[in-house]
Amino acid sequence: MVLALRTTELVKVYPARHGPPVRALQGVSVELESGRTLGIVGESGCGKSTLARLLVGLERPTSGTIELFGEAIVPSRHRELARSIQLVFQDPYSSLDPRLTVDTAIGEVLSVHGLAARGAQRESRIAELLAMVALGRRFARCYPHELSGGQAQRVAIARALAVQPKALVLDEPTSALDVSVRAEVINLLVRLQDELSLSYVFISHDLATVRHLADVIDVMYLGHVVESGPYGEVLGAALHPYTRALAEAVPVPDPAREAERRVRLAGEAVPAPGASVATEGCPYRPRCPLAVDLCRSVRPELTELRPGHFAACHVAARNETESVARGPEPLPAG
Amino acid sequence: MTATATVTATTAAQQPVLSLRDVRVGSRHRREVRDIVRGVNLDVLPGEKVGVVGESGSGKTLTMLSMLRLLPRPLEVLGGEIFFENRNITDLDERGMQSVRGGGVAMVYQDPMTSLNPLLRVRTQLVETLRAHGAGKAAAHERTREVLGQVGFVDPERVAAAFPHELSGGMVQRVMIAMAISTSPRLLVADEPTTALDVTIQQQILDLVDSLQARTAMAVVWVSHDLGVIARLVDRVCVMYAGRVVESAPTVQLFDRPTHPYSRALLGSLPGPEVEHRAQLTQIGGSPPDPTMLQAGCPFRARCPYAFERCAEEEPPLLDRGHGSFAACWREPDTWS
Repeated sequence: MVLALRTTELVKVYPARHGPPVRALQGVSVELESGRTLGIVGESGCGKSTLARLLVGLERPTSGTIELFGEAIVPSRHRELARSIQLVFQDPYSSLDPRLTVDTAIGEVLSVHGLAARGAQRESRIAELLAMVALGRRFARCYPHELSGGQAQRVAIARALAVQPKALVLDEPTSALDVSVRAEVINLLVRLQDELSLSYVFISHDLATVRHLADVIDVMYLGHVVESGPYGEVLGAALHPYTRALAEAVPVPDPAREAERRVRLAGEAVPAPGASVATEGCPYRPRCPLAVDLCRSVRPELTELRPGHFAACHVAARNETESVARGPEPLPAG
Repeated sequence: MTATATVTATTAAQQPVLSLRDVRVGSRHRREVRDIVRGVNLDVLPGEKVGVVGESGSGKTLTMLSMLRLLPRPLEVLGGEIFFENRNITDLDERGMQSVRGGGVAMVYQDPMTSLNPLLRVRTQLVETLRAHGAGKAAAHERTREVLGQVGFVDPERVAAAFPHELSGGMVQRVMIAMAISTSPRLLVADEPTTALDVTIQQQILDLVDSLQARTAMAVVWVSHDLGVIARLVDRVCVMYAGRVVESAPTVQLFDRPTHPYSRALLGSLPGPEVEHRAQLTQIGGSPPDPTMLQAGCPFRARCPYAFERCAEEEPPLLDRGHGSFAACWREPDTWS
């Protein structure tokens, strides 16, 4: 098994002008197998975008390490490694320069990295990249405003692919798109992954899309990973009460199921200004319906409670131990 | 089943709160008239929750703004009539409109931060709104506390004393909703009010709208491109495409048995638990047309797998498809294959 990505105890602290520093990441360890997709979900303020910026080298961690394809990212080799992992943003129009045509925007990336620098070679490379994202040559001369949302996002993906990365960090790449073009971008991502053996970190709050694309899902809460496991386990048989509440909060396009749902969250993920952040115990405790005394004093560690399925929750850990002690549930007859 | 029955039963008994009759919105430059909204008909009954879906450029936001006569220049209502509680407000002057807005109709926008004055405390802005609608000073303060409690703030006093920048996006959006409902409108128009919010906050706001609506019989028009939110909240859905309503149906009908190929394609393109992991999703080919540059015939025909000759010649009107569904399509769903 080749690891595309491994982070170890990543911490990112931003100094604040007033008040205590902001602890965006508080010891995040994630792993991604080569050619697979890691989905990252959580509310705003959970640290998922900070993680994305650290992974592609836009910012440096306060502490902790990042390894790409087995090699640690160190400042001296930063530029070379940056080429192996690229970031695609949520809003394609704001990530493309409105004054540059598609071929100039892609050509610029090629020049900066000293690839296919000029002439016919450059032109054919641009055409090849556009073909990869299913755009014809005629789009080369277009400005971003002449493109639909889906086309613009495909250009942004082509530009990210220009340096032949082995991994892409996709930060909400379909959220700003109309429903009718989301499927086309999702299909494209699957096809590119198969053709180019790409590894993806897919960050989104759209659980249906994450379920569709991700092999493994990490759930983040206030700078911590609180649950991690195969997509079907995490979204189908969640161990952490936060994951369950998050999944419950997403309305699904099925009026009959919507009529039935109940569980809700109290409070907000980002503590209101002036409110204190729990420095001890479980970060989710103030909102958790299952919290017990232990949650107040001891922070739960991310623990493997089922094979390959991790959660940071005292209550889930106790439940799992009890059900193991009872032995496996008898299989239903037939 | 019951949803359909209710809609038909109430149609006979009640007058709509809001009625759009063949409303056209666009710009006029010398002789050149450009329609963006091309004749929308919509009735909203008291206590009814209507969802409006469609992609960007389909005209849904302009339709909403036309109801409140808030269209930005050079856009204007080019034709048709708008009735609010049986009163024709199409040509009402600004002064008359002010009594309609807020008093009878309130609107909540997608981006809450731009709708509040950053220099004024929340309390000042709420009290100002209420005073403008004739409330006394003490009553306005009392009502401010009350509505901030209603939108789920545990500590309304602290929120009232805050400036907008001191609150999170979800809190500001709830303040906007508090402001909208403070004058007890009979109609709440909301344009993607939860799109920028976390799902957990969105859930609180949807629950709030539900409970308010049940208590006060306020009618709701909710614009969203999130079909999950639509399924969760509304009784009836209008699907807009290229400046027109192409399908209008009770929510359950629309999701179970869409009668316009565009609605069906939209629903079919969604990933979900029943779709195989990483399988190719059904795409809608092509892109939506520019409503100002339409050719004759149905505007969806270039992307429609069921189009035939007639679709290129004549644009279909909304046709009755039974069970409360109406679709602007020449083909009955059972002839789709």
